[in-house]
Amino acid sequence: MATVDDVIPEGESPDSVSDPRRRDFLNIAAVAFPATAGAVAVLFPLVNQMSPSADVLAESTTTVDLSKIQPGQGVITTFRKQPLFVRNLTPKEVVEANAVPLSELRDPETLEKRTQPGHENWLITLGVCTHLGCIPLGINEGDNRGKFGGYFCPCHGSQYDTAGRIRQGPAPKNLAVPPYKFTSPTAILVG
Amino acid sequence: MSFPWANHYEPKQPFMRWLDEKLPLPRLAYNAVGAGYPVPRNLNYFWNFGVLAGAALAIQIVTGIVLAMHYHSDAATAFSSINGTIMRDVNAGWFLRYAHANGASMFFIVVYIHIFRGLYYGSYKAPREMVWLLGVVIFLLMMATAFMGYVLPWGQMSFWGAQVITGFFSAIPGIGETIRVWLLGGYAPDDAALNRFFSLHYLLPFVIAAVIILHIWALHIPGSGNPTGVDVKGEQDTVPFHPYYTAKDGFGLGVFLLLFAALVFFFPDMLGHPDNYIAANPLQTPAHIVPEWYFWPFYAILRSFTSDFILPAKLWGVLAMFGSILLLFFLPWLDSSPIRSNNYRPKARTAFWVLVLDVLILGYCGGSPADPAYVIVAQVCSAYYFLHFLVILPWIARTERPVALPNSITEAVLAGKGGTSPAETALAH
Repeated sequence: MATVDDVIPEGESPDSVSDPRRRDFLNIAAVAFPATAGAVAVLFPLVNQMSPSADVLAESTTTVDLSKIQPGQGVITTFRKQPLFVRNLTPKEVVEANAVPLSELRDPETLEKRTQPGHENWLITLGVCTHLGCIPLGINEGDNRGKFGGYFCPCHGSQYDTAGRIRQGPAPKNLAVPPYKFTSPTAILVG
Repeated sequence: MSFPWANHYEPKQPFMRWLDEKLPLPRLAYNAVGAGYPVPRNLNYFWNFGVLAGAALAIQIVTGIVLAMHYHSDAATAFSSINGTIMRDVNAGWFLRYAHANGASMFFIVVYIHIFRGLYYGSYKAPREMVWLLGVVIFLLMMATAFMGYVLPWGQMSFWGAQVITGFFSAIPGIGETIRVWLLGGYAPDDAALNRFFSLHYLLPFVIAAVIILHIWALHIPGSGNPTGVDVKGEQDTVPFHPYYTAKDGFGLGVFLLLFAALVFFFPDMLGHPDNYIAANPLQTPAHIVPEWYFWPFYAILRSFTSDFILPAKLWGVLAMFGSILLLFFLPWLDSSPIRSNNYRPKARTAFWVLVLDVLILGYCGGSPADPAYVIVAQVCSAYYFLHFLVILPWIARTERPVALPNSITEAVLAGKGGTSPAETALAH
């Protein structure tokens, strides 16, 4: 932008013109930069307020008592307000899951990787279909468990096997395994 | 711009003269929607739908503001505040609620007709591209507003609709899940999500109103189009907006309100889903999740990707669904034919009606369960939708031989009445 300041007065060398340019720099340094930094500093809380609040995060662990769940049974509970599937796999279901070659899987993971060492029969997953978030059937006795004996999502027909892995249908991923640890041989702390 | 023969605003009363000097608001209205705005004389009833959409927005804002005086945006009480308090206890609450819920449907009906009017008569073409672009922005804002409004009753469809729609964002590779949690303010839809949806649902209609002002402003620079697509050539081609089109729009508004009243008073739940009369239950998915009818075509496009191809199927579905609308931003440049109206473009006209049919079938599939038969039909129709805009329309624009255009609007009008032959009119001027 040509302003009066930029015009070189007659008889002066271009060197002496550097002064207004320096003033421009001062403008940038003293006004524009702090203003931008300030705007970002104000914007951050405006954006970040939408992240989960402390009271939501406070509910983000769940303890599950496993002692009453017999092999072949499962319970549905909640973790972070989402359904949580806790299933005690039968030895047959474990064998079935281990018999599947990884090359056949859309989201290749072994049952071993999806469970905790020494507790391969405990399949803990979110009950949230990875397609569009419906709750699959199969955790309760008598539910339709689909072709692979795991879970079946009635919304768009995704089928999961006994390791909760996606085998058929539109879902892209295996049922998510939340972080959890065994606090005793018969109890887990999820989250 | 206004045509040089436009009527001039001349305030007669001293108060109006005083006001005109201080704040020329009556002058603005006179030139925008009064006798000072010359409009082509041959507009048909499809040109009513812009005004009707404005009326629908006004109804939504008025009913919405009063409903907000009674509604609780709290996950524990939202459902009962609508289905208990508003529907049973608030004076005429049932009427306000049904008017608001069905008003959304009426808004979409008139906007869809308005959009297809634009597609048929080439309203998106130069010099009105900006009018079209702003219209697409309004449409996107409407969709966001309607979706968030549908979540507020916190019924089963509200909850699971919120779950599915916010689930779209988890399709973004890498950061998708983080974005979804940020949008919801939790790991599943709950209080945080409900409150922010309420806040934005209250805000966005006013943003829509602001963009509508830009939409009308951009329209008034070249002036309204017309069914022949031929430019206005002189004073004989136009009539003042008031009283000619205020009367015509007023009649259309009467018909609109009649249909609206029929819906509200006799079929208030026809366009809704019965599952939304069940309170939200995060541990039970309805057997068949469907959005409101006005989203069905887009929902069908979303569901028509069933296998992975480089990207996951789910991401393709989301990209295609948003793409089907974003595509409309490029329409003014995809259709390079200089002829605006499809009345004079036989091939483009056929393609237009095939597109209408295609979108209707998509809508039917989107509202149906995801059975393989519906999915296959939806796949074919989704492919055709993109083909229409990306291949068929540009190709027709290059190869089509249009029918001869009338020399002027007046000539077309008089020929239509059988009064004068085009040649005679041309000689007369």
